Amino acid sequence: MGIIAAEAKLSKSAPVVRKYRALIHHQQDKPVQPDISVKHLNKVYADGFRALKDINLDIERGEIFALLGPNGAGKTTLISIICGIANISSGEVKAAGYDIVKDYRKARESIGLVPQELHTDSFETVWGAVSFSRGLFGKPPAPEHIEKVLKDLSLWDKRNSRIMSLSGGMKRRLMIAKALSHEPQILFLDEPTAGVDVELRRDMWEMVRKLRENGVTIILTTHYIEEAEEMADRIGVIRQGEIILVEDKAQLMSKLGKKELRLHLQQPLETIPGQLALEPVELSKDGYELIYTFDSQQEQAGVARLLRTLGDLDIEYRDIQTRESSLEEIFVGLVNE
Amino acid sequence: MNLYGVRAIYNFEMARMRRTLMQSVASPVISTSLYFVVFGSAIGSRMGDINNISYGAFIIPGLVMLSLLMQSISNASFGIYMPKFSGTIYEVLSAPVSYVEVVLGYVGAAATKSVILGVIILLTARLFVDYDVLHPFWMFAFLVLTAITFSLFGFIIGIWADGFEKLQIIPLMIVTPLVFLGGTFYSIDMLPEVWQTVSLFNPVVYLISGFRWAFYGVSDVHVGISVGMTLLFLTACMVGVWWIFKTGYRLRS
Repeated sequence: MGIIAAEAKLSKSAPVVRKYRALIHHQQDKPVQPDISVKHLNKVYADGFRALKDINLDIERGEIFALLGPNGAGKTTLISIICGIANISSGEVKAAGYDIVKDYRKARESIGLVPQELHTDSFETVWGAVSFSRGLFGKPPAPEHIEKVLKDLSLWDKRNSRIMSLSGGMKRRLMIAKALSHEPQILFLDEPTAGVDVELRRDMWEMVRKLRENGVTIILTTHYIEEAEEMADRIGVIRQGEIILVEDKAQLMSKLGKKELRLHLQQPLETIPGQLALEPVELSKDGYELIYTFDSQQEQAGVARLLRTLGDLDIEYRDIQTRESSLEEIFVGLVNE
Repeated sequence: MNLYGVRAIYNFEMARMRRTLMQSVASPVISTSLYFVVFGSAIGSRMGDINNISYGAFIIPGLVMLSLLMQSISNASFGIYMPKFSGTIYEVLSAPVSYVEVVLGYVGAAATKSVILGVIILLTARLFVDYDVLHPFWMFAFLVLTAITFSLFGFIIGIWADGFEKLQIIPLMIVTPLVFLGGTFYSIDMLPEVWQTVSLFNPVVYLISGFRWAFYGVSDVHVGISVGMTLLFLTACMVGVWWIFKTGYRLRS
């Protein structure tokens, strides 16, 4: 049945057709909006400190975006502003299409925040705390949803325990449960795995992936490059209040990643031979290793040339290793620029 | 209007009261009972009547006001100070609740607790002293208005305070003296003329006088002035709270 036939069939009932047309209209005309849109955002604290400088950032629906940056770079300030905890100095921020100042209710309803610090009420029970969060965000009680969240986070057995009796890892999960209690479209995780053991960290990554599968947009800040490398679709790097880079993770790796070729020599060299002087080659202290660095993006004729030259010079090697730089090295390179 | 949000804050605060029943209800009831035993029964029996009211009955409105003011301030200031202190305030600040809703939740709960406590103290007083309430409606109106006003005042203190000491300092250093010098234990008429005039600058005089009028039909100042002054304090506190949220004072950086 084509659309015309369908419309003809539906025309028997005018209201239905109107609804049907409205739906088509809606789908065609509504531009795909980013879930978070930050434009020319500045933040100046009362003491004159400029925490954020002209931030522009779009985060698409359903992606995992990692915000990397050294301590004090402005990650938490940026999140605090988007979530409504800190005021904007100038600029515009939209969440789920709503201006966070003018339409703060709709904007905030769509956001869940897991802050960096473990802020909890000691005397409240797990169940009480999560139910409180749901109510606070304007949602009617839904015990079945809270049950699901607590089970997903392995907190179900602890639902009647007071928060002060929980371990640090459990408190961290409780913070996540509170953030998910009102079924947010966007989830902020500010350093979610700080001080969390390796096993729990893996569980958390798994949970984040599941959330993404359900269409939740996730923004995480982290110190752990490993985390960004493992999870993120896109990566933004913030340094001294400025976003210095936003890139697809894979592209970032290939664009900025350096490759290294290490040649273990049979006989040590005292100096780098003159024929290699123009190549990016270094010699290890003991003279047994030649290290050649190159951009992984470039055509790799350089390696062949290097090996040919070594052959011509009768320099023999017993082993070759190549390795790609990790996100961590890229990151350190960026923030030290 | 985010009614679920208001309810969540309100219920959370009321649950805190239930958890601390000894501190929030039992201790003010005990201390007020001690006043009745000492001033009402022991000393009061040797004191003459004031305005034809037995001394024990005379001090009831003032003692209820004393508890009401102290408890309203401490409930509300503690209620908003604790989330600030423990950091859980982030959730309220990031929630889709307007400041009116935040105030309804916190101040509403604090005022409810104070009113409940005021009623309990009144009932306890009945065990020690015989008294009538001439204007029950006005008695309750004063109770509720005062509870709301001073809960708002406590809310402001809780936001302003950046340490536990500051939280205590205003109730102890300002409110207690004002209540004691505001005619709780005596009629303003009994003071020398100069001190009568000075007393009129004490806002608590108007609260106690109006409240006592609701009980016995006698007052230091006209009841209309008492109502007017109470509403004036209420408005002043509302303006204070409005300013706090408008500027984000000590809440949003």
